Amino acid sequence: MINVWRSLRFTLVFAVLLGIVYPLFFVALGRVVFPWQAQGSLVAVNGRTVGSELIAQPFPQPMWFEPRPSAVNYNADGSGGSNLGPTNPALVQEVRQNLHAVLRQNLGLQVDEVPTSMVESSGSGLDPDIDLQDAYDQIPRISKATGLSEAWLRSLVQRDAEFPVLGLYGEPMVNVIQLNLAIWEKLHPSARVARTT
Amino acid sequence: MTASGIFAIFLVVLALVACGWPLGGYIYRTFAGERTWTDAVAVPVERAIYRLIGVNPDVEMDWKAYLRAMMVSNLVMALFAYAVFRLQAVLPLNPAHIPAMPPYLAFNTAASFITNTNWQNYAGEQSLSYLSQMIGITFLQFTSAATGLAAAMAFLRGLSRQKTDALGNFWVDLVRVHTRLLLPVAAILAFLLLALGVPETLSGPAVVHTLSGSMQTIARGPVATLEAIKQLGTNGGGFFNANSAHPFEDPNAWTCILEIMGMGLTPTALVFTAGYFLRSRRLAIVLCTLLGAILLAGAYLVYTYEAAGNPILAHALGLHGPNMEGKEVRFGLPLTSLFVAATTAYTTGAVNAMHDSLMPMSGMVPLLFMMFNLIFGGKGVGLLNILMFLIIAVFISGLMVGRTPEIFGKKIEAREMKLATAAMLVHPFVILVPTAIAMALPSARASMGNPGLHGFTEVLYAFTSAAANNGSAFAGLNGNTPFYNISIGLVMLFGRYVSIIAMLAIAGSLAGKARIPETSGTLKVDTFAFGYVFVAVFVIVGALTFFPYLALGPIGEQLQLG
Repeated sequence: MINVWRSLRFTLVFAVLLGIVYPLFFVALGRVVFPWQAQGSLVAVNGRTVGSELIAQPFPQPMWFEPRPSAVNYNADGSGGSNLGPTNPALVQEVRQNLHAVLRQNLGLQVDEVPTSMVESSGSGLDPDIDLQDAYDQIPRISKATGLSEAWLRSLVQRDAEFPVLGLYGEPMVNVIQLNLAIWEKLHPSARVARTT
Repeated sequence: MTASGIFAIFLVVLALVACGWPLGGYIYRTFAGERTWTDAVAVPVERAIYRLIGVNPDVEMDWKAYLRAMMVSNLVMALFAYAVFRLQAVLPLNPAHIPAMPPYLAFNTAASFITNTNWQNYAGEQSLSYLSQMIGITFLQFTSAATGLAAAMAFLRGLSRQKTDALGNFWVDLVRVHTRLLLPVAAILAFLLLALGVPETLSGPAVVHTLSGSMQTIARGPVATLEAIKQLGTNGGGFFNANSAHPFEDPNAWTCILEIMGMGLTPTALVFTAGYFLRSRRLAIVLCTLLGAILLAGAYLVYTYEAAGNPILAHALGLHGPNMEGKEVRFGLPLTSLFVAATTAYTTGAVNAMHDSLMPMSGMVPLLFMMFNLIFGGKGVGLLNILMFLIIAVFISGLMVGRTPEIFGKKIEAREMKLATAAMLVHPFVILVPTAIAMALPSARASMGNPGLHGFTEVLYAFTSAAANNGSAFAGLNGNTPFYNISIGLVMLFGRYVSIIAMLAIAGSLAGKARIPETSGTLKVDTFAFGYVFVAVFVIVGALTFFPYLALGPIGEQLQLG
C-alpha cells in the first residue's frame, strides 16, 4: 500500500516537473533566444506567412522548382512515406508515374540524368530539399515558364546550394522553398520576403 | 558506397565510445554512492523530492521490495497516462481540438510508453493534444528509461556485493536517474536541437497561404523537449507520424548526428559502468569492441544495399541510383544507414527513413538487431540482456570444460540458470507465437500494407519490435485494429517485465552469495576469447530460433529480386 501512495505522489511530482516545467521552460526560452526556430522556421512575403523553410509545400505550376514526390500530398498535418516495399508492384507503378511526369514536364531530359530522389517519395512527405542535380534538371523548364535566364537560375541554385557537413554528412542539395522565394522576389521586385515568428 | 561514407559512419560510432567511457564512470560513481561533481546542485533538489514523495533515502531494499516498488510505480504511471489519453478532449492545451483516444488504442499507447517501447499505432500530429504529448508521452519517456536504468543498477549491485540482500532503494535510483542524468543531458540536447531548428511552441498549427496559392496547415508544438528525451531515453516515439524523418524533428545533418549520439550515449556508457562495478575495465573494452563491431557491420550492410539501389526499378525503368524511397535528402546515405542500425541496436525505435521501404537485406538488419536485443540494447535493459547472455555463455563454457560455472566470483547454480533461461526464452516466444497467430487470422493479414513476403515481414517486424521494446515499424502495417492494439500491447508488457523480474531475482540470489577468490582454474569472462564465445552463443541462439522466419521474410524477398 505504501508503494501505491508513493507512486501516486511520484507521478504527480514528476508529471509536473517533466511534463509541464521542462517543456514550458524551453517554450519560454525559445521565445526569447531562438524565436524563429521555435515557431517552426516560418517565412513571410509582405507580412503574410507563406510557409516554413523546413516543410515542403506543393508547387504544381511549371514556374517553380518542384519538391520531391510526397506520399501524403504535402499534408503538413499528416506526415508520412509511401511505405511501399522494394518488391511491391505498386512501387514500380508509382515511380513510373513520377518518372513519366518529370520527363513530360522537363522536355529533353534523359532518364540517366534523373536522380532517384527526384522520382521516389520522401520519408516524411515533406522533404524540403532536393538533390543539386534535381534542381539543375528543372532549370530549362522554369526558365521557359518565367522568362528568367538559365544562367541566373543556375547562379541562384549555386548560391543556395548546401554541401555535406564536414564534407562527410549529407548530400549536395538545395532548399526548394528558398529557391522559390528567390524566384518570387525576382518576379516581384517590390515584394518583401522575411523570416517571421 | 564510398570511402568517405564508410569513414563518416565509423567516426560517429567512435565519438559515441569516446563520450560513453567517461559517462559510464560518472554513472558508476552516482549509483555506487560515491561523490560526484553534480552533488552540490542535485543533493538539495533530491532531498526536496524525497520529502514530496515520502521516501527515506537511507533504507535499502531486497530484490522483492525493489521489484514491488518498480511494478507498482509503473502500473500507476501507466494508468495515469491512459487516463490522460482518454480525457485529452476535455483537458487543457488542445489547440487543434483533438478528440479522446479510443480505449484499445489508449491501452496500446500507455503500454507502449511505460515499457520504453514507443510503438505508435497513432499519428502524433492528429491523435494527441499538446498536454498528452507533455504529461503523457514526454513524462513516460523519462520515467520508463529511468526504470530500466534503475533495474540495471540494482543488478550490478547484486553482482558486485556479497552476503547481503540489499540492492539499493528503487525510489532513490529512480529519482537520481532523473536529476543526475536524464534531465541535465536532455536539457542540453533540447537546447541544441532548438538552436538547430526544431520547434518548441504551444501556438498550435500554423495555417499558411503557400506561394502557389493553396493553403497548408503546418502541425508543430513542443517538439524539441520531446525529441531530446525521445532519443536520450532510447524511447523513439516521435511527435509526428514520420518520426525523425520529419524536418521538424530532425532538420539537418547536425541534428541527425546529435540524435544518433543521444540514443547511443547511455547504452554505450552502461557497458563501461558495468566494467567499473565489476572492477574490470577489460570487460567493458571487450564488450564495447565486439558490440561496436556488430553495430558497424549492420550499418555497413544497410549502406551497401541502399547505395546499390533497387534492381527492379533499374530493370523496369532504367533508373539507377541509391534507394531513396522513404528517405530524406538532407541526411545523406551514411547517416541514414547508421541511424537504421543504431535505432534498433540501442532499441530506440526512432526512424529517419521508412524501414518498410528499405531493401530486403537492409531491412533484415534492424530485424536481427531487435532479435538479438543486446547490441548495447536499450536503456538499462540492454545491459541486463548482455549480462543474461554472459551468464548463459558462462554456463555453457563451464559445461564444456567441466567446471562449476562462475561469473565475477559468483557461482552460477540451478536457480540462476532457470531464471536466465526463462528471461532468454520469453523473447522469441512472444515474437514467434503472436506472428504465427496473426498469419492464421484473415483479419490480421488484412492489415498488411504490402503483398507477399514483404507483408509477412511487416507482421514479424511488428512483434519483434514490440518484444524488444524497440518501437520502430515497417509502418505499412495498419496496427490500429483491436487485434494488433491488444496483442502488441501485451507483447510489449511481457517482453519488458518478464525478463526484468527474472533478472532482479537473479540479482537477489547473487547478492547473497560469497565471492569465491579467483584461482588459476577460474574461467575469465573479461577476455576476447570468452567474448567470442559470448557472441557465438547469442548469434547461434538467435539463428536457430529465428532463421525460419527470416527465411520466409527478408531472405525470401531478396531472392525474389533476382
